[in-house]
Amino acid sequence: MNTMSAQSVDATAAKYPHIFEQPFFKRYRAPIAAVIILAYLIFSWFFFGFGKAFSEGRWDIAGAYLSDWVSYEVRPDVEYDGDYLAVEFPRFSPLGSDPDPAWLHKTSEQVERQVEVEAGAGVGTENSAFSSTGSFMVEGAPGTQEGGADSEESSGSFMAPGTQTTGAGETTEAVEPEMKTVREVVTTEVNLEIGGAQILIVPRLVTVVYENVELVIDVVPDVSVNARGALPEWAEQREAGGDIKMNFGFAGTLEVESDEVKIRKRFLGWENFWFDTYSPFWGKSFTEVVGLVFSSDRIDPEMSNAALAFNDFLYNGEWQHLDVWIKLLQTIVMAFVGTLFATFLAFPLSFAAARNITPSRLVNQGLKRFFDFLRCVDMLIWALFFTRAFGPGPLAGISAIFFTDTGTLGKLYSEALENIDDRQREGIRSVGASPVLVQRYGVIPQVLPLFASQSLYFWESNTRSATIIGAVGAGGIGLKLWEAMRTNADWENVAYMVILILITVFVFDNISNAIRSRLMGQGGERV
Amino acid sequence: MSASLPSVHLSPEGQLVERHWQEMQFWKRLYTWGGVLALAVILFFSLWFANETNAGKFFDRLPHFFDFVGDLIPRDWLEVPRALFDLPTPYEDGSLKFNYPDGRYYITENFYVPEYFYKMFETLNIALLATLTGFFFGFILCFLAASNLTTRRWLRFFVRRFMELLRAFPEIVIAGFFLAVLSLGPIPAVIAVAIHTIGALGKMYFEVVENADMRPDEGLRAAGGNWVERVWFGIVPQVMPNFLSYALLRFEINVRASTIIGAVGGGGIGESLRLSISRGHEAKTLAIVILLFFTIVAVDQLSAHLRKRIVGDQAFAFGA
Repeated sequence: MNTMSAQSVDATAAKYPHIFEQPFFKRYRAPIAAVIILAYLIFSWFFFGFGKAFSEGRWDIAGAYLSDWVSYEVRPDVEYDGDYLAVEFPRFSPLGSDPDPAWLHKTSEQVERQVEVEAGAGVGTENSAFSSTGSFMVEGAPGTQEGGADSEESSGSFMAPGTQTTGAGETTEAVEPEMKTVREVVTTEVNLEIGGAQILIVPRLVTVVYENVELVIDVVPDVSVNARGALPEWAEQREAGGDIKMNFGFAGTLEVESDEVKIRKRFLGWENFWFDTYSPFWGKSFTEVVGLVFSSDRIDPEMSNAALAFNDFLYNGEWQHLDVWIKLLQTIVMAFVGTLFATFLAFPLSFAAARNITPSRLVNQGLKRFFDFLRCVDMLIWALFFTRAFGPGPLAGISAIFFTDTGTLGKLYSEALENIDDRQREGIRSVGASPVLVQRYGVIPQVLPLFASQSLYFWESNTRSATIIGAVGAGGIGLKLWEAMRTNADWENVAYMVILILITVFVFDNISNAIRSRLMGQGGERV
Repeated sequence: MSASLPSVHLSPEGQLVERHWQEMQFWKRLYTWGGVLALAVILFFSLWFANETNAGKFFDRLPHFFDFVGDLIPRDWLEVPRALFDLPTPYEDGSLKFNYPDGRYYITENFYVPEYFYKMFETLNIALLATLTGFFFGFILCFLAASNLTTRRWLRFFVRRFMELLRAFPEIVIAGFFLAVLSLGPIPAVIAVAIHTIGALGKMYFEVVENADMRPDEGLRAAGGNWVERVWFGIVPQVMPNFLSYALLRFEINVRASTIIGAVGGGGIGESLRLSISRGHEAKTLAIVILLFFTIVAVDQLSAHLRKRIVGDQAFAFGA
């Protein structure tokens, strides 16, 4: 900016004393406010214990939870089984009940080993085929005659060629001996890749190559875990000989324990969003599903394929689409009905509460205090009470919104009525209209757009707050959200519901804004 | 009314106007009644749906509508002040229902704050801290979203969408997430309410800024002021009263919001209330309801008074 000479500064100061010589408080109110706010912030830092809470916060978990919003983990465990390995997936794996994913390379070989056999147990080909290829048997099961042949075929494809003959040969002898030698396929080596880390697991040894560093870990089964050399910074061991945990960022983790290796590999996306693993459509590509839906061979004789697909989608066990949608609709209905009823009740009451329309001071004040009461007993309190009355569900939410908003809208409406232009009423009255007609033609045309606009605003705002009161049991998606969060395992479901809520809020915002701007005219009063 | 009007002879032009008017009137009525009918149908199905998906049916449960009054009647009315001020009670039987003195927060050896006053103070602090945080960030963001100050369209677009997201994002999810990370306590509630406040205040603020008088800004620009100087000396002095007024309004709303968030696990008075209602402690419930009611009335009155002093009568537009 331009500089001024000292003289002209003085001259200007003398000319405008009210600007340059203000009273102390007015002059320093900004710094005073800043000091007060700073003092308050320091106070609340200690009052809420921010320092302690943040330092004790489990931020590593926060990262995992956030990743869960948009991705999922597959968690196979590799167990040491003597000289071999066994890969096990948890029961509710996102990959279905018996997965064999391509990214987990198993090197198998055929070995002979001693296995103890219970006396009298009917060990046969079919039995072994059952145990190893149970999933294949389901298809063959209905056709009893084909059963045997089918199982032989399927087990043949699953096992190495030699197994069948030896297995069959032994079955005949297997009636008597307690110990027997079986040939079976075992896993001797597992290798996989997690986010650039090459992992090789063999019995008693785990080798990881990540960021050009090789980490070799010796495992003494059921005793200890020891790394050769120093641990790189992506690996962590709490105590000597204890578990070693490796972190590969978003892609996953690996934990080497003395009895197993826990693999956590993360995949981007929402798993099984359309069909859960129990559905016949699971794991099929879009075109395959479409093909099945339009094919005339029914998977389930009870219903058509399209109905089955729709049903399986709605009752998807992991995403519970139908339930989520019903809960969302409940939230919308709560906001809509609650606000509408509040409008219906507040409308006549506000006429009685406005002092320029009802001349009785007693009625005015009584109603206004009543509105204040409804408004100030919080929506939460009403929600808790009505949950007791109606049980959990949208009726409680509707009642809570109805009670609170009758208060709020009644107050706003009566204030609007008290500010109307009186000349229109006078005009109507002067031509001899009855009192009701005076209100109808002299008052309502003035306030109706404003009333409608305020109600619409509250409708929109209640769509948001109905989510929260739902969580205390008043119905709607709030409780579902809360439950999904409490388990800390379903953050992807939370993400799904949040997206649905955001879309709903956005749509209703726009509907309400569109109607309001029509009612109020362009550039009308913003509320 | 039209029937009672005397018949008048109209010229052909007059008849045309009259006919046109009748036609417009017809369509207007049709729209109105159509709207009413649509509303009635939607309402009917909404009610049916709400009733079907509710745990108890409306007409079965209607006699229990005022059951909550029973939740509020203690065995002895003196129990209410005892619960409120944590005084010992003659009904003491070791249960949670009558353990009022256990909730005391001792500040010094002999001086204590009753439990519910402390919890209420906590809730008020959640609201205040969240409002301050929201004010601070909303203040910074709003100038970037105002079309008269920020000429870059993409920046404006981005900031506005960002604020909309903060506003619409369910508070309960933010609270739930931070509860999982930071464990129990009021901090998740502070963060959740603050994030919502940033979005809500930011939106109101940029609308205020867009309606500001641009002449001071023009003067500063002519004198060579940079963007920050223009905002600070040209815009801030005229919008500050409105900003403060909206912040106070927000504070009122945040007191309620933090009570609710507290009830779902954020600490404060909301949690106490939920627990005492679900356990059927009438005296405690009534004590909390009374305390909450008077606090909210006091906050509303104080805020209304301050707003009236700051911006005069236009303070009573209502906000998000």
